[in-house]
Amino acid sequence: MRGIVKSLATTMSTFIRGPVTRGYPSKHRELPERDRAFPLLLWDKDIDEPFCTGCHACERACPVECMTVIMKDNPNHESQDGNSKRRKIVDEFWIDYGRCMRCNICVEVCNFEAIAMNNTWSGHETSVYDRADLVMDLPQLMAQSKSDEIQEWVAD
Amino acid sequence: MVIESAPDFETQDLLINVGPQHPSTHGVFRMILEVDGEIVKDLIPHIGYLHRGAEKLCENNDFRQGVGYMDRTEYLASHNAELSYVMAVEALAELEVPERAQWIRMILCELNRLSSHFMFLGAFGVDVGVFGTPFIYAWREREALIDLFEEISGDRMMYAYFRAGGLAWEVPGNFEERVREVLVSTRQGMKDFDNLLTRNEIFLARTKNVGIISAEDAIELGMSGPTLRASGVPLDIRKSEPYMYYDQIDFEVPIGTNGDVFDRYLVRLKEMEQSVSIIEQCLERLNDGPIMPERMPRMLRLPEGQEVYIRTEAPRGEYGIYLVSKGGNKPWRLKVRSACLSNLQALRKMSVGQYVADAIIILGSIDIVLSEVDR
Repeated sequence: MRGIVKSLATTMSTFIRGPVTRGYPSKHRELPERDRAFPLLLWDKDIDEPFCTGCHACERACPVECMTVIMKDNPNHESQDGNSKRRKIVDEFWIDYGRCMRCNICVEVCNFEAIAMNNTWSGHETSVYDRADLVMDLPQLMAQSKSDEIQEWVAD
Repeated sequence: MVIESAPDFETQDLLINVGPQHPSTHGVFRMILEVDGEIVKDLIPHIGYLHRGAEKLCENNDFRQGVGYMDRTEYLASHNAELSYVMAVEALAELEVPERAQWIRMILCELNRLSSHFMFLGAFGVDVGVFGTPFIYAWREREALIDLFEEISGDRMMYAYFRAGGLAWEVPGNFEERVREVLVSTRQGMKDFDNLLTRNEIFLARTKNVGIISAEDAIELGMSGPTLRASGVPLDIRKSEPYMYYDQIDFEVPIGTNGDVFDRYLVRLKEMEQSVSIIEQCLERLNDGPIMPERMPRMLRLPEGQEVYIRTEAPRGEYGIYLVSKGGNKPWRLKVRSACLSNLQALRKMSVGQYVADAIIILGSIDIVLSEVDR
């Protein structure tokens, strides 16, 4: 009997402690800087083009093969009277978020710091009705970096 | 009408199917119970519903990519699973892990042991029949730990934080304060559990002398971890074959006396106290320094024709990695020695002769992770 009374006392003692729950989905807790959702491509604002040169480094390193990259000659390159130093640039880029296992390897192998893990809530709330909608193309991958919605955290 | 004697016609034992989609089987585990009234006569476990071929996948992935698959074998204690894997790779590649990386690894592994045991306490409470209270209390404490892991590694369950040679990146600046802060709530949570369950008469009646397994049987079945120690065998790989810096740490190995379900609960609760003290000792010795060896090849390649077996003490027992290398950047063969699979072998021995309801808490007390059993 004493044991049960003690158990009840423990339960009662939580009345005076503060609540630990958060009112998701109406309230979102603040995510840590390193939070990893799905990978995104970053936009070079100075030159107005993606950082990504389409070098296939991430595609080769991806353990689940969720990426497809196509490279092209940069029409904005200096030799074409443009203002960019990138000879090659990404033409098309697809990431299948349904396959991605968020291991961060693509960010580690990138030589141009062109890819980063999304550390905002938009990366976590990605439910769709059709699986095909989880395959993101280049404009979708660029959108958040273009509109300054993410602050990338790239480990040095 | 009163039946005066037992009927002389033959009665048939009833077969009951439990699982695979059943909340009390902790995943996709199926067992077929042969019951006579309420007594279990026989138990046939069926595993393999969650087989993904993680070992085979690792053979097609290099040593950095393999870490992610190791996370998914032991999803409640991913740091511990990663640790065995990277230690096996380091042993073959003869990498010297920097001191700071080792201490951080130890802290994270012990924190993961805490979060895994909280998960056990919560789920075990549900199995025993106190739905809600212990489960939510355990979740509250586990949440604090998982938030900490998220701040360090970026993910809440699949950390992919250890690398062969060290760590993927440096811990945040406020790491030590955050760990100390979380340990305060963990201590309180352990105290809550102690008050809530350990002397609760209903809980004792439900768990004492249920599912007893003797030390001899436990050793013969190849059990390890808290499930073995509850039977009174003081085998802890951290003590018997210290890896990392466990030989410099002062801690005890709690053992049970009876080998019943209650002992398996109590051993885990006591082990958590030891984990907290290990983490505090580690924090004192944590010093600045590099987290990766100075000379790391861009692509790690192992020497040809070597093999290694590395075992560590994961929350559920001995988590071993057997790695065979035939050169190149991928393992030629990788075998995961799963503690849960071996512990699960004892289920039949523990359950036969017990009530059906007890078979459920016996399964809960083994604390299986089905993705580790099936891999």
